[in-house]
Order: sequence, then C-alpha cells, then structure tokens
Amino acid sequence: MTNYSATRRSLLTGAGAVFAWAYLPQFARAAGGRDPRLVVFILRGALDGLSAVAPVGDPDYLALHGSLALSIGGDHPALPLDSFFALNPAMPVLKRLYDQKQAAIIHAVASPYRDRSHFDGQDVLESGYPAPGFTRSGWLNRALAALPKGDRVGASNGLGIGPVTPLVLRGSAPVLGWAPQNLPHASGDLTARLLDLYAHRDPALGEALSRGLEIDRIALRQGIDDGAAKARAGYNTIAGMRQAAEGAASLMAVDDGPRIAAIAFDGWDTHANEGGASGRLAQLLGGLDGAFEEIEKGLSPLWKDTAVVAVTEFGRTARINGTTGTDHGTGTIAFLAGGAIAGGRVIADWPGLKDTQLYQSRDLAPTADLRAALKGVLADHLGLSTAALGDAVFPESSRVKPMKGLVAA
Amino acid sequence: MTERDFKAGFTALNRFGLGARGDGDLAAAASDPRGFLNAELAQPGIALLEGPGMPRTALALQAMFADQDQKKAERERMAVEAAAQPAMATAEAMAANSNTTVTSPPPLQTANMGPPKPPSLEQIVYRAEALARFQRAAQARAGLVERLVAFWANHFCVSVAKSNFIRISAGAFEREAIRPHVLGRFSDMLFAVENHPAMLHYLDNQQSIGPNSQAGLRQKRGLNENLAREIMELHTLGVDGGYIQDDVTSLARILTGWTIAGRGGKLGEPGTFVFNSNAHEPGPQILLGKTYAPEGTWQGEAALLDLARHPATANHIETKFSRHFVADEPPRALAGRLAEVFRATDGDLKAVTLALIDAPEAWTAPLTKMRMPYEFLVAAMRITGRVPEDPGALLNPLSMLGVPFWTPLGPNGFPDTAAAWASPEGMKLRLDVASQVASRLRDPPDPRELLDAIAGAAASEETRQAVARAETKQQGIALLLMSPEVQRR
Repeated sequence: MTNYSATRRSLLTGAGAVFAWAYLPQFARAAGGRDPRLVVFILRGALDGLSAVAPVGDPDYLALHGSLALSIGGDHPALPLDSFFALNPAMPVLKRLYDQKQAAIIHAVASPYRDRSHFDGQDVLESGYPAPGFTRSGWLNRALAALPKGDRVGASNGLGIGPVTPLVLRGSAPVLGWAPQNLPHASGDLTARLLDLYAHRDPALGEALSRGLEIDRIALRQGIDDGAAKARAGYNTIAGMRQAAEGAASLMAVDDGPRIAAIAFDGWDTHANEGGASGRLAQLLGGLDGAFEEIEKGLSPLWKDTAVVAVTEFGRTARINGTTGTDHGTGTIAFLAGGAIAGGRVIADWPGLKDTQLYQSRDLAPTADLRAALKGVLADHLGLSTAALGDAVFPESSRVKPMKGLVAA
Repeated sequence: MTERDFKAGFTALNRFGLGARGDGDLAAAASDPRGFLNAELAQPGIALLEGPGMPRTALALQAMFADQDQKKAERERMAVEAAAQPAMATAEAMAANSNTTVTSPPPLQTANMGPPKPPSLEQIVYRAEALARFQRAAQARAGLVERLVAFWANHFCVSVAKSNFIRISAGAFEREAIRPHVLGRFSDMLFAVENHPAMLHYLDNQQSIGPNSQAGLRQKRGLNENLAREIMELHTLGVDGGYIQDDVTSLARILTGWTIAGRGGKLGEPGTFVFNSNAHEPGPQILLGKTYAPEGTWQGEAALLDLARHPATANHIETKFSRHFVADEPPRALAGRLAEVFRATDGDLKAVTLALIDAPEAWTAPLTKMRMPYEFLVAAMRITGRVPEDPGALLNPLSMLGVPFWTPLGPNGFPDTAAAWASPEGMKLRLDVASQVASRLRDPPDPRELLDAIAGAAASEETRQAVARAETKQQGIALLLMSPEVQRR
C-alpha cells in the first residue's frame, strides 16, 4: 500500500502539481508587473437594487418602496454612501471597502435584455449575447480565450465554483471546477486504497482523482493530516456563499492557480416577504458581503490586483407588491470591489422615480448598459482590446463603449 | 465457461447494458452474449413506460394551467386585502409563510436560501417520472433498451431548468416522443420530437411567427430560429452537414405556426400540439436547394422527412451512436457501416442496434468509456440490489455530481466523452458518493462475492485484491463501485 501522507506531501511540494499544466511557461515576475485576478458573482433571481443601494435622497423613493424602503434613521439605519445613496445595513464589509475607495456601485444599470423571464435574462447576462438563446459559451470564458496564451491570465484555467460551472464561464477555454458540498468526505484510508488500485489499473482515473482531492484540499485549506473534513455548509446556503468564496480565493491564491473565477448565487427572487433592512434580502446581502470579505481575506496580499464584480439578470419593480415583495423589473445595480477598483463612489445617471420616469411606469429605468461596465473592467484590468470586447466577448456590441476609470490607475 | 466467455458476457452487460445485477445475469450473458441482448430487444413493448402519476402531456399541462390560475387568484386576493389593510396583510403573509421569520432570521450557519416549501405540482410529476425510470433501470435484464432511451433522450434533450412547463412535461415527452421509436424509425422519432409541446417550448418555437403571416403583419414579433437551427445542427445533419444560414431561416419559416394550444383552448385542446395557420409564413420555401410548397403543416413534415433521410444525418447519428457505445474516437469503419445500415433501412433504429451488436469491433475494443453519472448510480443500484422507492436516492446524488436529472446545460445535451466525466472534481465527488452509498448499506453483502457475481473472471487481479483486503465490507463495496470495472464501460 502506498503511503498516503507521502503521496499528499509530494503533491504539495510539487509546486502546486495540480495546476502545473505542461504547456505553462515560466512567467517572469517583472518588478511592479501586475498579476490581476477577477471574480464574477452572478446573482440569480434578480436583485432588488433599490433595497440594496437605496436612493434615500430621492423624494419618491419612500412612497414607492413602502415597507421595504431603507432609511438613514430607525432601528436598522442604512449606511450612507453619499448625500443621495445609502447601502443596506447587512453589508458592513462593502461599506468599509467603499470608504477605503475599494468598492463602487453602478446604479440604474441593466443588460440589453428588456423582458422579464429569469431564464432568458440569465442567458443574456451570462452569455454576453444581446438576445436569449445562445447558451454554448459565456462572455467570461470568451474573454479568457481572447487573451494571448503568453499572458499570465490567458494561460491559466478559469475557475467555476458550484455544482455546475456557471454559463458565464463555459466555453472553449479550460475551466477547473470546485463546489462546496455537504456530502461527507470519503475516509483517507478508502481514498488511499483506491488511489493505489488506480495506480496499478487505471492511471488516468488516478491522476484525475488526485487532482480533484488536491483542489478540494486547497479550497478548504485543510492541512495534510486534517483527515476529518471541515464542516461544510453546502453550496446553496448563506454560509455556503461565504464558503464558496473562501474556496475560490484559496485556489486563486495558488501561485500557478486560476486567475479568473465565476460563482453563481441563487435565491434573489424576492416576490414575497422580501424584507428591507432586515429579513430575507438582508440575509442574502449579508451572505454576499461575507463572500466579498472571504475573497479579500483569502487573496490578501493579492487583493490590490483583484477586482470582484457582482451582477444580476435584471432588477425588480419599484413598487412593492401585495405580498410585501417585488416582482421582475429592469434597472438594478452592479457591485464592484477589490484593490484594483477605483472605488468610493456610486456611478449613476439617476433617472428618477416619478411615474413618468419609471421604465414602463413600473421599473427603475436603466441609464447604463451593464456591458459597458464589464467591458471597462475587462479592458483596464485584464487588457482586452476594444475590438475583442465588441465582437468575441460581447457579440454585436461595438457601439457600447467601455466605461472608463473603473479600475485604479 | 472460459475467461473469454466471461469477458464477452461482461461486455454485453456493460458496454451495451446498465451493468450486472449479479443474479446470474453474468453467466447468462456469458453463455450467449449476442443472444442475451437480442432477447431484450425482441420483447414486445419493452421500451414503453406508463404508470400512476405519469399523465400524458396535455393532462399534465392542463393541471399546471389550473394550478397557476388558482395561485394567481390567491395572489390577487392577497393584494386586494393588502391594499385594504396594509398592516394586517403583512402579518397574514408572514403567517402564511410561517417558515420565514422576517423579524428574527435564523442563524446564518444553518439558514437555507429560502423557506422549505411543499413540493409543487411540477415537482411531484417530475419526481414520479424520475422514479419510474430509476426503478425500470434497476430491474432491466440487460438494460440495453434503457441505454437506447437515454441516448436518444440526450440527443433530443430538453432541460427542466428552463421552466415549470418542461419540468412537468419532460417525462411525458420522453414516454411519448422517444420511447415508442427507439426500436422504430428515426424519421418517426424526429417528427414526434419536433412537434411535441416540450420541444416546441424548450426551443421557443411557439414564439416564432412568420413575418408575412396574419399574426406577423399585425404585431412586431417575427421569426425565432432556435428550433430550426438545432434541428439541423444537433438533431439531424450535424454542424458540418452542409447547410447555411439561409437554410436555417427557411426551416424556421417552414416551422412557423407549429405551436402549443394555450390554456384558453382557442386553438385546440390546451397543452397539445397545434398548427396555427395565422402564424405560418405563407409561400413556398427553399431548403437545401429543394422547394417546399406552402401546404401548412405538410410543408414542415416533408422538410423533416427529407432531413431525416439526408446522408449527412446518417453519418452524424451513427458517429454519435458508436461514440456512445464503443469509444470516444469510434472505429471509423464501424460508424460508416452503421450509417450504411441507417441509409439502407430508411433509418430503422432496430436494424442499426442489431448491426452494432453484430459488429466485431463492439466486442474487441477495450472498455474505455466512462460511465456518465446517471449510469454510475444505476450500476451502483444494480450491484447493491437496491430498487429505489424514493426518487431522491438518485436525484440527490445526481445534483451533487453536478448533473441534475434531465437538466443538460444546453440543447446539445450532456457530453459523451471520457474526459468530460473523468474530471478532477467529478472523480472526487464520485468517490464521496460511492463511500456514502456503501456506508449506508444495511447488512452489506460480501464484496468479494459481489465482485465475482458482477464480473467473474473479467475482474482484474488488482481489483480483486483491493476488494478482498478492504478493512470492512462497506469499504470493499465502495472500492468495488469505484473500480475501473464499474467506472468504465
């Protein structure tokens, strides 16, 4: 029987053997050379932007958003961002990053999709195509594929977190997968015996299993002899959001690990009992806040070259409905965070909330194209060309210009 | 019986079937491998499936429509009350949803993303349909027919992630459009699939309107090419099948008006396929150089029949078919021979299957394919002699393995190569699942006897040793489930 500890140690000392792809050249770390990392959170179900980042200075806000509206006073005071906008109190980490000029919010933003189906809206958000029905690949994967292979980011795998790689990261560029599971680990002894069998009978399966174990170990930050698995929350829980982000950060922190990751968080479809400063949405936002914190903690000191964006398929109605929730809408927000972000501001061409100013008299009207913001990050953070962004990454979007100045110079 | 006989029997059960159950099936297969498979194909109605809780498509959809109408009325009632008495309504809404504690959220460590809800109508039907398949797969003699069903259901896939419409109709779709034809004619299956409400909905054809049709001239909406594109790219010719974008648009025009009768029943019985001539693009259409006269639904039927008979379709289908059963890179001569049978028999899928069973390559090529997660779980079920009574027994591990049942990521279906399934995270998760399956067995059998029963002399010496040396029966069974003998087929 192979000595299991020795196997694991050699994997570990093999300079991240898991990630050492055969074709990967040695990357010279030029002094001051940036080694950027990008994490994309996909918030599925449509985030209520008006309850996450509230236009408390808009005279029509309170009446429209009713019992869900945030306010600067009261039991759960919102966190002021400027004289007009305030952040949901469930997000203290994002507020701190904002104050440190490492977080920004884009408000009244939307993808090009203008109907109200989750399925189609998510297709558009993640595929990067201007219309639904294109589900073979996502814009983040095509961005990865468009980078030259001599580029540090372009040579690395993408990292898809979750039981299924989110569409945004699916495509021809290779993607590594990992998901926090609440399934108990197989014991170390069983694992060692199986690796031994594979070594003799099926080396290809042995190689795959070894790599899978190593990825899991790094993601969960387990020690070599830490046979008992850390308590795992399971992917689809609030605690799981934090754990998914923690795992992503651990894998991205490895020297030759992935540089680009995507994580999908479900559950934002708050038709009933949405809650405002506390309640269901606040819990989810708290989970998201924790995810930002885990990326910051896990990647430090690489945080300075990191950008995290959180996007959703569309917003929700400006008015609350009969079940103290909100229905499918249009304009919403996008979060940007990271040491690489030129933060400390809410970027918005505010459309107003009067009936005539609402989109179809019901939703926050979009005044910014989400693709412009994403292009701005991809261009200035990863160095993608405007031509690639307007065609391969976001097809038929050349007239949507990248938003400038999102990334700190 | 010789070792060679055992290997042939093992191949019959694994390459062609769902894996041995260890009830003497290996010996039966070893004594006459081809006869063992042919016997299953010869059973009348072997592919069909029916039972309680599995309504036909129209009935399932009508139940869904009624359920939706009732919920809508309920929401409107609550909205009216909320407008009348805001404070009361909030309290009521909270009471109605007593699992959601709005004021004091449960501790974050254990909080789920949403309150646990009773299963929806769609979920109830989906689970009943899934359970019927799992039970059929657990009990099938060889399992070749269920393999064929799975192959074709993946070729013509729909995804329940699209909508409740698909969730409640996916099972009926497979029972009505796939199963009756897996040993029948390809063109019949193609036609049954492309006019089935589940497929029309999955690929958005009900939204496709001829620009010059009466409906098209009235409203701004137009063609949706989704179904037409996938019919040519995925279902028939294949991506290199020699068609161009103009052909896609032509086929999309030909298929305008192929839709589903809605809840109001204006066009026909709600939830059934109907041809809506008001949305059909008038005039003849040219597809792949041939002109199709404007004869309503016949225009589409003629086009589909020609696509089914196109030589590129035979090549595309038989490459995929031999890739599924034999090797990621199937022997070219084999795919070519099967394509020839397909063409010569006008797409007789039983003849093609018999030709595959006859082919020497199918018995000599090494077992290098990986079992897909579903096949792995079915094999585990058969080996351990379990017939599930709760669909969660397979639905849950499938979700953990990242492949929820009937939820492919796109219309191209689940991938069919070893590399896709022997991924690092995939193998890691399989091991955890195998460990759980084994550790939950009450009165586990002796794993050495189990290995003998399912593989006999076809088992490798290394696997035999690993299983024999296991420290517990459960560990031995986990090793057996993860052994190359079970993972590969």
